Amino acid sequence: MTTFALINVTLLGILLATALAIARMRALYEATMLAALLSLVTATLFVLLDAVDVAFTEAAVGVGISTVLLLGVLALTRSWEAVTSQRRRLPGLLVVVLAGGALVYASQDLPAFGAADSPVQLHPVTDAYLYESQDEVGIPNTVTAVLASYRALDTLGELVVVFTAGLAVLSVLGPLARPEQTRPGADFHLADYRVIRVITRLLLPFILVFALYVLFHGEYGPGGGFQAGVIFATGAVLYGLVFGLDRAQQVIPSWALWLFICLGLLLYLGLGVATMLLGGSFLDYDVLSPGHPETGQHLGILLVEMAIGTTVSAVMAMIFFSFASRGASR
Amino acid sequence: MIASHYVYWMLFAVMLTGLYVVISHANLLKKLIGLSVFQVGVFLFFISLGKVTGGSAPIISPDIQTYSHPLPQVLILTAIVVGVATLAVGLALAVRIFEAYGTVEEADLIARDPAQPASGLTAADDDAGER
Repeated sequence: MTTFALINVTLLGILLATALAIARMRALYEATMLAALLSLVTATLFVLLDAVDVAFTEAAVGVGISTVLLLGVLALTRSWEAVTSQRRRLPGLLVVVLAGGALVYASQDLPAFGAADSPVQLHPVTDAYLYESQDEVGIPNTVTAVLASYRALDTLGELVVVFTAGLAVLSVLGPLARPEQTRPGADFHLADYRVIRVITRLLLPFILVFALYVLFHGEYGPGGGFQAGVIFATGAVLYGLVFGLDRAQQVIPSWALWLFICLGLLLYLGLGVATMLLGGSFLDYDVLSPGHPETGQHLGILLVEMAIGTTVSAVMAMIFFSFASRGASR
Repeated sequence: MIASHYVYWMLFAVMLTGLYVVISHANLLKKLIGLSVFQVGVFLFFISLGKVTGGSAPIISPDIQTYSHPLPQVLILTAIVVGVATLAVGLALAVRIFEAYGTVEEADLIARDPAQPASGLTAADDDAGER
């Protein structure tokens, strides 16, 4: 217990120090790299807090995708922040002191950290998710069971948000918002370096196969559609970074990405409609296999995870290509 | 109190650091980085409420008795992916703002906005700091 507390305090200390360093830093490239470090420490803390699925996602998203996006935008804009004037500091400090005081005051009513008798743990839904799910859904990873079966409607909403964000980026930065199509001839390629080129070629198949493993293994271990989608997109981002945008778009044309973005969401919605047509409620997978609800649940969860993976990976790759092609056309 | 609540308080500090950056800093990109820091604090706080001492990851296995709660984990898992998607929207808007105004500093933006009466008062000190 004391070892756990010691590791916990150390990691939280590193987290806080990194956050403070980010707040003080005016060089935005450095701040971005520190933000990646922040995500890595966060992922480690998630593992300590028993949230392995979340740690997986944070490591892939926070360290991978969002760092690449921030770096890409810094290359398009300014990478140096102006000095914050004294006038602006005071209101910020005031809000922080007030909000902090309120939070600490309210936290006195919170259950102790790690308490087994907290309201969260005593709620009847805990037993339903942890133990009854073994009979109803029959898969060991309860996070996946809750994500894709019990709260599938919730997850559908989240996927719609990702879809909408993808549409928003496309309409702000996409081909419709770019009147001139001129592209400078000299495009810088990392592929000119042999080491990077060869290592990328070696790594890519493993990244993509790993993404598929994460997708299909999500019922038994940490993993699932969101993580797999992000890892798959990381492969596309790596290819685009190293071999240049033109070659990446030969491999994955834009129209294919747009198709996949819609296909994933349509598969999810279609599954819901199919379960209704078969006589169940929306996204009730039991009816997919009459007489064997567990088989139906397996099938439903697998399809939903595939739908999530398709949309998430296509949206992430599309967002990256939108930012990168913006730079190439300037 | 300290032994049982220190995790929450340290996470509040992380959250508030992010909040301070969002409010005080005038650079739009720095604001977005601050928003990510704030977000990380909220995520960790949310997950920490589901943790049980001596518990294990909620993947059911015959030899394990205690599990942490899966529900906060599910909610945060999807929130992380949504978070990066919304960050991308914010960044896209920042890129367009830079293309239109040539700056991502709030004070300069207000000064260069054609709809604003050309007073030039607000931009003066931030401009001096940039050079």
